[in-house]
Amino acid sequence: MLGKGVVGGGGGTKAPKPSFVSYVRPEEIHTNEKEATEKEVTLHLLPGEQLLCEASTVLKCVQEDSCQRGIYGRLVCTDFKIAFLGDDESALDNDETQFKNKVIGENDITLHCVDQIYGVFDEKKKTLFGQLKKYPEKLVIHCKDLRVFHFCLRYTKEEEVKRIVSGIIHHTQAPKLLKRLFLFSYATAARNSPATDPKKHAVMFDTLQDWCRELERTKGNMKYKAVSVNEGYKVCERLPAYFVVPAALLEEDIVFFQGRGIPIWCWSCHNGCALLKMSALPKEQDDGVLQIQKNFSDRIYKTVHRPPYETAKTEDLSSNFLSLQEIQMAYSKFKQLFLIDNSTEFWDTDIKWFSLLESSSWLDIIRRCLKKAVEIIECLEAQNMNVLLLEDNASDLCCLVSSLAQVMMDPHCRTIFGFQSLVQKEWIMGGHCFLDRCNHLRQSDKEEHQRQLSLPLTQSKSSPKRGFFREETDHLIKNLLGKRISKLINSSEELQDGFREFYDGWHSRPPSYQGLLLPRLEGPEIKVWAQRYLRWIPEAQILGGGGVATMSKLLEMMEEVQRLQEKVEVRHHSQEALQAEAASPPRTSGRLSSLFPFALLQRHSSKPVLPTSGWKALGDEDDLAKREDEFVDLGDV
Amino acid sequence: MASAPTSKYNSHSLENESIKRTSRDGVNRDVGEPLPRLPGEIRITDKEVIYICPFNGPIKGRVYITNYRLYLRSLETPIFAFLNEEKFNVDGWTVYNPVEEYRRQGLPNHHWRITFINKCYKLCDTYPALLVVPYRASDEDLRRVATFRSRNRIPVLSWIHPENKTVIVRCSQPLVGMSGKRNKEDERYLDVIRETNRQVNKLTIYDARPNVNAVANKATGGGYESDDVYHNAELFFLDIHNIHVMRESLKKVKDIVYPNVEESHWLSSLESTHWLEHIKLVLTGAIQVADKVSSGKSSVVVHCSDGWDRTAQLTSLAMLMLDSFYRSIEGFEILVQKEWISFGHKFASRIGHGDKNHADADRSPIFLQFIDCVWQMSKQFPTAFEFNERFLITILDHLYSCRFGTFLYNCESAREKQKVTERTVSLWSLINSNKDKFKNPFYTKEINRVLYPVASMRHLELWVNYYIRWNPRIKQQQPNPVEQRYMELLALRDEYIKRLDELQLANSAKLSDPSASPSSPSQMMPHVQTHF
Repeated sequence: MLGKGVVGGGGGTKAPKPSFVSYVRPEEIHTNEKEATEKEVTLHLLPGEQLLCEASTVLKCVQEDSCQRGIYGRLVCTDFKIAFLGDDESALDNDETQFKNKVIGENDITLHCVDQIYGVFDEKKKTLFGQLKKYPEKLVIHCKDLRVFHFCLRYTKEEEVKRIVSGIIHHTQAPKLLKRLFLFSYATAARNSPATDPKKHAVMFDTLQDWCRELERTKGNMKYKAVSVNEGYKVCERLPAYFVVPAALLEEDIVFFQGRGIPIWCWSCHNGCALLKMSALPKEQDDGVLQIQKNFSDRIYKTVHRPPYETAKTEDLSSNFLSLQEIQMAYSKFKQLFLIDNSTEFWDTDIKWFSLLESSSWLDIIRRCLKKAVEIIECLEAQNMNVLLLEDNASDLCCLVSSLAQVMMDPHCRTIFGFQSLVQKEWIMGGHCFLDRCNHLRQSDKEEHQRQLSLPLTQSKSSPKRGFFREETDHLIKNLLGKRISKLINSSEELQDGFREFYDGWHSRPPSYQGLLLPRLEGPEIKVWAQRYLRWIPEAQILGGGGVATMSKLLEMMEEVQRLQEKVEVRHHSQEALQAEAASPPRTSGRLSSLFPFALLQRHSSKPVLPTSGWKALGDEDDLAKREDEFVDLGDV
Repeated sequence: MASAPTSKYNSHSLENESIKRTSRDGVNRDVGEPLPRLPGEIRITDKEVIYICPFNGPIKGRVYITNYRLYLRSLETPIFAFLNEEKFNVDGWTVYNPVEEYRRQGLPNHHWRITFINKCYKLCDTYPALLVVPYRASDEDLRRVATFRSRNRIPVLSWIHPENKTVIVRCSQPLVGMSGKRNKEDERYLDVIRETNRQVNKLTIYDARPNVNAVANKATGGGYESDDVYHNAELFFLDIHNIHVMRESLKKVKDIVYPNVEESHWLSSLESTHWLEHIKLVLTGAIQVADKVSSGKSSVVVHCSDGWDRTAQLTSLAMLMLDSFYRSIEGFEILVQKEWISFGHKFASRIGHGDKNHADADRSPIFLQFIDCVWQMSKQFPTAFEFNERFLITILDHLYSCRFGTFLYNCESAREKQKVTERTVSLWSLINSNKDKFKNPFYTKEINRVLYPVASMRHLELWVNYYIRWNPRIKQQQPNPVEQRYMELLALRDEYIKRLDELQLANSAKLSDPSASPSSPSQMMPHVQTHF
């Protein structure tokens, strides 16, 4: 122990502290009550949206320059969202309002975005659920998009507190019927969806033609066929109405086990090899049934292993890869690192940031997903083999691995429409159970509470299979942005030579962005996707910095080039010399923050953020730390 | 560079004259070449010895005994910088001129004067000849203050804020000692510094060390400015560890990246090196200094023990945050030349140029740590620096290479004695004669913008392109696709501007000669590859 520094001295033993510290008494909070009364903000309701309950004189606490500021306003709960109506917009620059979300405002939280609700009772933070006996002074809402809201209820009438708190708890936690989801009342109320040009939107894969076109595009139509056997979901409800199978496959085989045990086409590589997926046959005990299953499998095997089909390698994702529980556990630990209540919490966790990240194992999971996709690509590209992904329902890890591989191999999937089409094809039509995985109906409450008991450390209060699609998109988007991300490699022994050769070979050549793209899998470049995960944290904001700074330079330059291009064209076509036209001023993007375009954080001054607890003892290096820099003999001075 | 060829010539002629001279003067000598012998001269024996030269001190060498003579051959090879005959069209030694740099800052002014009291390095042998001190402090005052500051490194001005006139002053620790000695002149001197700025009635002192170390330093005669003696000063400790801790930390970084990159627990291994934690503390300290001067409107005194390691890091980083001039290529060179080289960061001791003793306790990667901090800032503000990553890596490569004289020796007085500027080439000659290679295409000049990096682990990264650049597995995407795209656009823009000028000319020509018709755009324009 080296003792405490005068500033920032975080060393030494810490007294047990309350689980929630407000740091500012509400009386101390500067409010803009006067302005609020002058400028009443009206509630903006979507078609079909209904106001359920509300409370006035609620104080929303915002962190600003490491102190807190309060804004008075109304807190409302509708059947779609929780909204705070206060005079918060006054601080916004025009630059910032430009990027406002038109449906969900800065102070809106959709009911389904609520992750966890806490109440603060005598400076103690407690999770809120069910019926409350006592109502909190402060409501803290953690959102699934990692925003954190603090609403102080101290000045609100008791009646209103009861109504709004129990209303919010009920509407964000009680099980819901599918037909009661807001989107249905919205769709009924807002019927006029504009007609869209089919060429200008994603392929939905809900017609036979869509699949045929995809087959043509990837030149898979020689060996694979689109089938309509499941029209009206006669064969199976999990499968889409139309899908693609090997041309040699008999339709009756598809029907035999309701679409199980047959290879379903995902994508064809330029060399003719295909990526296929298959849901496993039902697990049976009965010998007779097992024999039937075996015969069936053999027949299918023979069909797809005979020319013109390449030999297929089976990747069993159910047993040899990540489990859904692992992914869920990792994500719930990981997201907790970004749900930060206050500045003190931010800096307290900053010192051990890397080990916290590592213990969530989220980045390691991401690495393993990417690595699996690269392994599959190696099979397809280098070994000229088909790859058959096998999973119980072929609707979780199959979607993940198959779409990752396609993003890496198929440049079309890196365009906006191409990516949307890929999501539609692999995830929506691929039968990923979004409703369960995201728990939109909040059905597994019982199961959840049990789980919460068994996992007190992770504070996991969610179904084990959530957080799934998110991970996928995170990393796909990163790829789309042209950032090749690199992930850890577990142990090099496990890597086959072929894989290594393929991977190293690719990385030793200059990449072509119009072809295969392989992400880096090594450790040191493993990075948190800062723009998503840190976007609401004021301490993490770099004013005028971050990757967006170069991006906006690039966009400005693109605009300038475009402008010059037009000018040159005009000059050519006009016979007489043009008057020197007033050059349209280049777009002067204001100074953007690293969190652009997400956080609408208002920082009025340019005060730096300073760590509040930076210092810690070095443990084993104590001896060194005590040494003098130089031998100083100052005795005779 | 005008004088360099003559001096080289001189040193070569010396070699011919006196073959026994030591290599200290930078004369080349090939140790492997055979001993020149006269016909009939036979070697009897030889032995490795240390010769105590009455003029130059001890010299390691091999003594040969023949039937004719004793012959000592030095084993010490001269540093390459003295032999380097590279020629550049720019002389890097002229980049930094202290008078010009102080003039750029608006100095001298009513409150600050330039003094030549240290012209012959008599006041302080590790300080530069030229110093900026308070106008109201006489040379006699300075001498008295020097007796109370470790190694006579008195508080002198590093930077002055162009608007609010607050200053960053650097020095070494006061010689308080166990008995708590006081020095009236020192106390008054700091008060005079405080009075140069009337906006706040406190002077802020940042002691870079952890509190405990500052206390412990009293035992060896050092210490810190306690507030019961320095009434008008506020003292803060910045908790930055000493050179030994930094050295060990870098060793650990090496262990996790070489020969193999630690794979299974990369993040926790990285954390256990503490390297980024130290970077965070150094940056945090510099932010505090910069913020105090900029928005706290208080003048700041920065010191550590001797004021040549952590102090240099803090002042130079704070200056980089405050003054956009230092973010240009030449500005940065001036910053390094001023805060590090002229103010006596002990490059020779910290790097150990030409010294066999690699385990010396004086070694420490303090300057590397500073460059790492600069890199972290440039990562966070990718448009704020005129120079690119290559510039920083080049500086570090030549910190160790000894190809240039820039980082040789511990202080200005030693450099002057060795005539470094005459006998060696400056690193800045290499860089400034080929500036394009070191330029950041995204650079946007912004005057008066203070840059505060975020000193959080969430944003700090290990500098992979430097620390792991030799590992083929970790090869970075070169060139960066965003940068590549930007360069393409820049070229395209220039092309269009050229075309427009040509069209302008063609149009005015056409007015006089209506028969000429312009060619079609498709013929004239290069194929546009960038899609919009």
